[in-house]
Amino acid sequence: MTKVLHLEAISRRFGDRQVLRDVTFDVAAGRMTGFVGANGAGKTTTMRIILGVLAPDAGTVTWQGSPLTRDDRRGFGYMPEERGLYPKMGVREQLVYLGRLHGLTAAAVRRNADELLEWLSLGGRADDPLEQLSLGNQQRAQIAAALVHDPEVLVLDEPFSGLDPLAVDTVVAVLRERTARGVPVLFSSHQLDVVERLCDDLVIIADGTIRAAGGRDELREAHALPRYMLRVDGDAGWLRDQPGVSIVDLDGARAVFDLATGADDQEVLRAALARGAVRSFGPVTPSLAEIFREVTR
Amino acid sequence: MSTAAAIRLVATRELRVKLRDKTFLFSTIFFLLFAMLGTVVPALIGSSASSVAVASGDPTEAKLRDADLKVRVAADPEQLVRDGDVEAAVLPGPVVVAQDEAPNDVVRALSEAPEVRLLNPDAVDPVAAFLVPFAFALVFFFTSLMFGLQIAQSVTEEKQTRMVEILVAAVPVRALLAGKVLAGGVLALAQVALIAFVTVAGAQLTDGGGGLLPLLAPAMTWFVPFFVFGFVMLAALWAAVGALVNRQEDINGASTPLQLLVMAPFFLVAFLQDNETVMTVMSYVPFSSPTAMPARLFDGDVAPWEPFVSLAILAVTAVAALVVGARLYEGGLLRTNGRVSWATAWRDRELQHL
Repeated sequence: MTKVLHLEAISRRFGDRQVLRDVTFDVAAGRMTGFVGANGAGKTTTMRIILGVLAPDAGTVTWQGSPLTRDDRRGFGYMPEERGLYPKMGVREQLVYLGRLHGLTAAAVRRNADELLEWLSLGGRADDPLEQLSLGNQQRAQIAAALVHDPEVLVLDEPFSGLDPLAVDTVVAVLRERTARGVPVLFSSHQLDVVERLCDDLVIIADGTIRAAGGRDELREAHALPRYMLRVDGDAGWLRDQPGVSIVDLDGARAVFDLATGADDQEVLRAALARGAVRSFGPVTPSLAEIFREVTR
Repeated sequence: MSTAAAIRLVATRELRVKLRDKTFLFSTIFFLLFAMLGTVVPALIGSSASSVAVASGDPTEAKLRDADLKVRVAADPEQLVRDGDVEAAVLPGPVVVAQDEAPNDVVRALSEAPEVRLLNPDAVDPVAAFLVPFAFALVFFFTSLMFGLQIAQSVTEEKQTRMVEILVAAVPVRALLAGKVLAGGVLALAQVALIAFVTVAGAQLTDGGGGLLPLLAPAMTWFVPFFVFGFVMLAALWAAVGALVNRQEDINGASTPLQLLVMAPFFLVAFLQDNETVMTVMSYVPFSSPTAMPARLFDGDVAPWEPFVSLAILAVTAVAALVVGARLYEGGLLRTNGRVSWATAWRDRELQHL
């Protein structure tokens, strides 16, 4: 069986509020799956259900084809959104504690903890109480806590919020190393630019329903409009009168426009070349933010 | 990993954290000092004999020396009292002279004591009869309140930091609860044992332990199982309180009913210990029996079956409290939007694997 974490028709309500409705998606082995949605869309609830911290009203979560058990979950790594570690306990000490709770031997977990702390540049602070670390360092410690028992699956709720760009790179390197070993990684974020850069697969949730799920590039293609960008030397204003062109944005020499169905992009290029030099011309792939806006509308 | 292994890991962490906690260490040292002062100081004060002056050749001199008083022979004994050199003087008559207070030990030394025949030789001296029940009540009150509060704080800390989400994803919730109660119980019992040891050692040092210890032994032996069950009962409820609130600051408010349950028996035992009916009833009510039953055992008028019945009632209540506490704990632990009511926590359990 392939190492796929699969959510099948998960539903959950809190009181009168239906928080999740028929949530179905996969987190595939060795892939970083970005989980994107507005605040309150249901990301955290979904993750809590995967970890068994919450029970779904309906639906199942399966791992390698069979429903999750407590033993499976003990092999998962989880980072909750609001950072939880003991404030007054030393960093290494709590990593060792968590690793042992996840079933590792003391020797193995110590080795892992030291390795991770070194990798996350926390080696010098390993024995300090967590509360004496800067917020960024606390978050690195949190990542280490999710990784210390060599998890088979990683579920990270907003792992990048509050990290500076360098720390993001460090964390990404650590996560990439896990996906290279075949670990499926699900991470949520509302920083669309970060997700766009990092994820292989994408799941978009809004109001408790999955609006889009799949490979990042396939999603981009699927949501691509017949939209083009043209940059010329002179003024691009003439595009207004070009048949089949509707202007999206025009700024002197630079224009973004949509083509009517059946219109030929090469026709437009030829027209531009006839008027002077063309510096760039090509289709515009939609950004994640645009796809997000479109599917959640 | 087995649940037992998880409980052990959780309890070990709680112990390690606590043993490094300065508040805990200081309070232990404070209690020990208190116990030492309580046993050693009265003995020291009590043993200071009066100094007394007599005229040379006075017939009372031998009696005074037999009573271990500090006897000085002087030409004018009364002048020594006036000068403040001695506390009392014995003049022919005999007349005892002192500054402003009759020196009891001197008077006793010169008095003829009638023969005393005790009909009930086991009866306890009235000071001990008051102090011993008070001490049981105090020890149970303080340890259950202090350690209970710490269990609640530890639960709230995990809830507040969301640590609990990581923990319950890895181990059963009941293992978390059991580990905390176990660690608290071990520490509380160790602290009480240490205090008891210091008290007994202090008593041995100062008066050879003669009168009190044999009388205390049965009460103290029974106090241990009563303490254990009473502690578990309260600890489970404290853990539930901790799971109902989101912030350490809210523990106090949420635990008011529980504090009353701990405080009321303490004051009742402390102030109504002479009222036999009240004490008998309280020695069966679970929340007061850990202190009232040992106190009654110390007084000696308890039928042999009574402590067994009372302990059984307490044990059943402790198990019930564990069940209720565990359910509230599970119900409250993962609700992070404000304070959870007892009813909500009881009704809706979030966790799917218990």
